[in-house]
Amino acid sequence: MSNPPAAGRGQGPAIHVQGLEKSYKELRVLRGVDLEVERGCVFALLGSNGAGKTTVVRILSTLLKADAGTARINGFDVAAQAADVRASISLTGQFAAVDGILSGRENLVLVARLRHLKDPGGIADGLLRRFSLTEAGDRKATTYSGGMRRRLDIAMSLIGDPPVVFLDEPTTGLDPEARIEVWQAVKELAEGGTTVLLTTQHLDEAEQLADRIAILHQGRIVVEDTLDGLRRLLPPAEVEYVEKQPSLEEIFFAVVGADGRTPVDEEQR
Amino acid sequence: MTAHFLGDTAVLTGRTLRHVTRSLDTLITTAVTPIAIMLLFVYVFGGAIRTGTASYVDYMLPGILLITIASGISYTAFRLFTDMQSGIFERFQSMPIARSGVLWAHVLTSLAANAVSVAAVIGVALLMGFRSGAGAGAWLAVTGILVLFTLALTWIAVIPGLTAKSVDGAGAFSYPLVFLPFISSAFVPTGTMPGPVRAFARHQPVTSIVDTIRALLAQRPVGGGLWTALAWCAGILVVAYVLAGITYRRRIS
Repeated sequence: MSNPPAAGRGQGPAIHVQGLEKSYKELRVLRGVDLEVERGCVFALLGSNGAGKTTVVRILSTLLKADAGTARINGFDVAAQAADVRASISLTGQFAAVDGILSGRENLVLVARLRHLKDPGGIADGLLRRFSLTEAGDRKATTYSGGMRRRLDIAMSLIGDPPVVFLDEPTTGLDPEARIEVWQAVKELAEGGTTVLLTTQHLDEAEQLADRIAILHQGRIVVEDTLDGLRRLLPPAEVEYVEKQPSLEEIFFAVVGADGRTPVDEEQR
Repeated sequence: MTAHFLGDTAVLTGRTLRHVTRSLDTLITTAVTPIAIMLLFVYVFGGAIRTGTASYVDYMLPGILLITIASGISYTAFRLFTDMQSGIFERFQSMPIARSGVLWAHVLTSLAANAVSVAAVIGVALLMGFRSGAGAGAWLAVTGILVLFTLALTWIAVIPGLTAKSVDGAGAFSYPLVFLPFISSAFVPTGTMPGPVRAFARHQPVTSIVDTIRALLAQRPVGGGLWTALAWCAGILVVAYVLAGITYRRRIS
């Protein structure tokens, strides 16, 4: 997985979206979305349920046609050059898209074969190790916990080193420990230079992971900036003395122990 | 991407075939119902049915084979439905692969799974006294008709597989298909049926297909019925294929 990102890399920003519109019958989900994501950036698309985040991701990953507007991924137009776009991206959808009847290893080998890579078995073993799934590798994916399924899902998305990765609500439905595992995986991805567009409705997730954050509201991007930039939108911080109660999450980890990384054998039970 | 069509389809077919081999119960379930019907008709009703042939099991086997295929394809719809639900279908569609290979993999798997079920049913029929002196050519023709019939029904199955909202919905379409042979010449000659029923039975696809297979296995001349049977299979195949294509493009643009 240390290969440089896929060849045929275009010029300019990794993701460029202009005036994107999409309606489902009467419902105008997207009313002119503009976005630009620099290469190597982790970009969070923040919005409440039904804000249209998934619609954006589906259009960018060539699963849905926009009514109006243009979108270019890695320099390729999603409508006119869909095949090139698909060669540049990887999609991790809202639900872990793994084949439950196959083992974790077979899932990885399958994707490596479909991407026409050499040594699918070696790639699979490497990813199993990287995502702490080696011991579970030969078990059917249906037997995995939610966090393990998600890790396998993300591992499948990394095969072939696509320069742009979409993560649609990657931690929805996960327990706090699994969520931190996924965050760790995303951080490693970003360190490797991959451009990541992630959608989330959890503010803390955007805060943890993203270089830049855009808020999608009523079909438009209402604000887009770095976290610090967004903070400056509010009046300057006032100093107050507040008795700091531990958050439930802090209590949870204090009781469960560790930094959220449960030993592998523990989790697989 | 078309250069990869064969390779990608082979890889994807390997995946769906594993789904079949890892749930052998689906093959057994597919074969059990037709075998039960065969036992019932041969050993309970058969004695009272006058077909004009020496052996009733020889007479009704073609219809049983069609029932086997009609119930087998509901698992194709089920497997496709599961792919849609789990999101793996969208994962494949967002990858740089030959996109239609995903559907073809399900279709080829359907052919393989139904071939196993049909062979199992023929095996039981042999135990029950089914005999045919048909030569290799006739068997090849029977195989060809059954493959065409399976392809036609499989492309029908693709439609609910892509659109169903629930598992039950994905499988429900096959019930009328399983039932169709009962209102045909599959179990009794159509001559004894009352007028409107007889008219329906004589002109629906199953009768011509069953009559053709029966004639081939009994080494009788097939006559013009062969062309009617082939026309039905090819016609259903083309219509189902086109409709499945439209459904597919609506689901995934």
